[in-house]
Amino acid sequence: MKFTEEHEWLLVEGDLVVVGITAHAAEQLGDVVFVELPEPGGEVSKDDEVVVIESVKAASDILAPLDGEIVEVNEAIVADPGKVNEDPEGDAWFFKMKVEDMSALDELMDEKAYRNFIS
Amino acid sequence: MAQATTHDTHHGELQDTCLNGLHRELGARMVPFAGYEMPVQYPLGVLKEHLHTRAAAGLFDVSHMGQVILRGAGLDAALERIVPVDVAGLPVGRQKYGYFTNDNGGIEDDLMIARRDDHLFVVVNAARKGNDLALLRRGLEPEGITVELIEGRALIALQGPQAEDVLAALAPAVRDMRFMDVATVDLQGAEAWVSRSGYTGEDGFEISIPESDAEALCRALLTDERVEAIGLGARDSLRLEAGLCLYGNDIDSGTSPVEAGLTWAMGKRRKAEGGFTGAAEILKQLEQGVDRKRVGLKPEGRAPMRSGVALFDAEDGGEKVGEVTSGGFGPSVNGPVAMGYVSEALSTVGTRLWGEVRGKRMAVDVAALPFVPNGFKR
Repeated sequence: MKFTEEHEWLLVEGDLVVVGITAHAAEQLGDVVFVELPEPGGEVSKDDEVVVIESVKAASDILAPLDGEIVEVNEAIVADPGKVNEDPEGDAWFFKMKVEDMSALDELMDEKAYRNFIS
Repeated sequence: MAQATTHDTHHGELQDTCLNGLHRELGARMVPFAGYEMPVQYPLGVLKEHLHTRAAAGLFDVSHMGQVILRGAGLDAALERIVPVDVAGLPVGRQKYGYFTNDNGGIEDDLMIARRDDHLFVVVNAARKGNDLALLRRGLEPEGITVELIEGRALIALQGPQAEDVLAALAPAVRDMRFMDVATVDLQGAEAWVSRSGYTGEDGFEISIPESDAEALCRALLTDERVEAIGLGARDSLRLEAGLCLYGNDIDSGTSPVEAGLTWAMGKRRKAEGGFTGAAEILKQLEQGVDRKRVGLKPEGRAPMRSGVALFDAEDGGEKVGEVTSGGFGPSVNGPVAMGYVSEALSTVGTRLWGEVRGKRMAVDVAALPFVPNGFKR
């Protein structure tokens, strides 16, 4: 698993990358009550605002971690936003994307580096 | 992840309440609020804290609020000049809601006024403590009234349908209190000033108690399994669902009690007689009406509409007709709820409006307040 400074995790799954938010981010946000996901099929650039999540406290944007195309989104977290708090690094993934340049993942933090980053 | 909105933060030295150590021990996340470091949530989390309060009993530290004693001959008449509610008609052992007004008819703060024996005990908002004390001193001291800011007493709230049973285990007499009654109660040997009120829409109590006894009382209450510690996060969603105003959001120095729909607190006599700061403007508004009114707002979708969201009278184009002043997710409603101001002509319950969230117009209907029925024991 790779991590961004925006508290997203990325997991390579075949030729796709699954993206979600970290347990640390979910805990900081508090109870998530609303998720708005993009339409699958759209091209995105790194740092585009692709997802809106709202917790009891605030609204936050999830940014595209890399250039690519969103190919699938997790409708289950739209129906039940609380899943983001229950299993942020598992069932509550946000979207899957086809990344233009898979080598860009090498630039991201590994788990150890992310732990240092948030500590 | 980019934070679009965050809690207000204040810079500079923060004050602690006497319960700060207990909050930390309970695992609270502490945030700056009105110059104090306060618990915004405990490990239970805002959502469950909110639901627990509506189902059982929640314990809140509200010691940051200002507790003031007013005393002296001619007190009622003097206070009535700066607070346009019926103070003279308030019996001993009763409490009422009120607000300070300014020359333009705006609201300087809201407050609770209790008559205890020979004096009035008032509670004002933390962020307005300095402003309110100045208003009280300027208005009352020249009349020979003493204005004493109480130091050394904590203020805690126990709120929820099981608050009575919980508190009665320590002091059976509280069962006899009705909504807005006040009494002096012995709680574990400490002299507590108890009112049957709060700001959650639930039955419950607010308890002023010497700081030296506050932590022991909280610990005793928390040993009851029906009680959970509740932070400011849930306090805000509870009061919003209850349709209660937050000073600085839903009411402020540029908002009148007529616009805010709070003139019920004035009583017939004050509306007829006037004689208070801003009376000319407020009485004129009562007679001629106002351009905008505070309303409940129920967004149609799941997206919260928060403070600052602009309201329009059409899905495309149209006019800006108002603004959200408080909004978020209502855990008991299980959906977004909000309050705001809209043009008087559009203030009827059921009126369809559109709120602009992240550049998109989303449907929202004017709704009756409160969003959840209150649980007061009248």
